[in-house]
Amino acid sequence: MNMIDSALGVHQQALSVRSRRMELLGLNIANSDTPNFKAKDVDFKSVLQAAHSSNLSITNKGHVPLTASGSPDGEMYRIPFDTSFDGNTVEMNVEQAKFGQAAADYQATLNILENRIGGIRKALRGD
Amino acid sequence: MALEDIFSVAGSALNAQTTRMNTTASNLANAATVAGSEDGAFRAKRAVFKSILADQMGDSNAGGIKVEKLIDDPSPIRKMSEPGNPVADKDGYIYLSNVNEMTEMVEMMAASRSYQNNVEVVNTTRQLMMRTVDMIKS
Repeated sequence: MNMIDSALGVHQQALSVRSRRMELLGLNIANSDTPNFKAKDVDFKSVLQAAHSSNLSITNKGHVPLTASGSPDGEMYRIPFDTSFDGNTVEMNVEQAKFGQAAADYQATLNILENRIGGIRKALRGD
Repeated sequence: MALEDIFSVAGSALNAQTTRMNTTASNLANAATVAGSEDGAFRAKRAVFKSILADQMGDSNAGGIKVEKLIDDPSPIRKMSEPGNPVADKDGYIYLSNVNEMTEMVEMMAASRSYQNNVEVVNTTRQLMMRTVDMIKS
């Protein structure tokens, strides 16, 4: 198990952060017509850093390892380019662009994971 | 906190936008109705959206959106002198609805665009989920 964890590296946490980001962007798009809704986003870099550095060393076998879900969620409100009349800060063009970007990022992480898993499989099969 | 939650978020948005389109259709259909009093005249309805917090949604933890209320358009009711009309009041006036067809058409297009955006979100999410599941194949 430890071997697989180290082979996949930070990318398994990255995948869950990326899916969290897509969820938030989906929420923004869904609320594009809700009065007083404030658009949110995840700062990917800070969350991933937190997830990475929170792996405290286990010095006693009674210690419980931290998982990615224990890291801070890193949500921030987006600062809009323009203010709108009903207090809504969702700008559809921005959100669409970010959603496309987030989908591409997710696929990139998926590609990396696929490659790693392929490598492990190859090593196990020994051919 | 997973891709599946996007479906419930986008689904609730699709639902809300459908209600908005229904309201617009009802407004357009009632644009030509007349009444015998100012209170009885048809007033255009508007859907007001509200976002739902995560813990109000039951088993899903993503939150979503719903139609909070329908409000009446505050613009004034026009009255017209038409003594021959069977619903006219004792002074011969009938009261028209305050529906503005232009506004309703714009509202309908806005609702339709928002709907399409959410459908796109669902499509993208579905593709990503399929790929994630395919990762353990091959």
